[in-house]
Amino acid sequence: MRIVVQEAPFDYGAECDGFATGRTDVGAVVTFAGLVRTDADLDRMEIEHYPGMTESALTAIAEEAARRWSLQDVLVIHRVGPMRPGERIMMIATAAPHRRDAFEAAEYLMDYLKSRAPFWKKEHGPQGESWVEAKATDEDALSRW
Amino acid sequence: MDVLYFAWVRERIGLPKERVETDAATVADLVSELRAREDRYDAAFADLSALRVAVDQELTDFDAPLAGAREVAFFPPMTGG
Repeated sequence: MRIVVQEAPFDYGAECDGFATGRTDVGAVVTFAGLVRTDADLDRMEIEHYPGMTESALTAIAEEAARRWSLQDVLVIHRVGPMRPGERIMMIATAAPHRRDAFEAAEYLMDYLKSRAPFWKKEHGPQGESWVEAKATDEDALSRW
Repeated sequence: MDVLYFAWVRERIGLPKERVETDAATVADLVSELRAREDRYDAAFADLSALRVAVDQELTDFDAPLAGAREVAFFPPMTGG
């Protein structure tokens, strides 16, 4: 399991390529990347976090996923600080013997990461700046687990 | 204890972190003490349903006890991913 919180961009291709390689018991790898999307006039996004709690919350979420599904490896990379539209904000990867575990664990990780890891997005545009509000649907998504 | 603020809570109160001497038994008691201080605190804590709290870096509720707590953080609902 690897949990990384950093300001710098990450190499998505290299991370995917290097994840859960060199072993023969893995049958399925699921990867997901979240990008800065331009809904309206967005110049840049800034992500604030709670150093210390961020890492422990992400680790706890990944450990819970590993308890619920048969996982052989988990990777979470989440950036903080300023980002521009089109840049990758974060990625996760899960490895399992079979695809269902890898897919479900990846969805679980994303649902929890969105509303239980201490990150806050702020959007900056020509109209000024505003904090992104959490959506009720994100909170509702947790109830299915 | 250390009290931390993030996102718009930090902006509204005007600082990221402060040392608070308190005998508050619960998070809610601490919130009451802070709200009584100044308008900016009162405004930031006006709607607790819009806030989340962590005690010693664990998410918890506003009725959580503070005995032995070293760090309390207030922030809006999280928006990661």
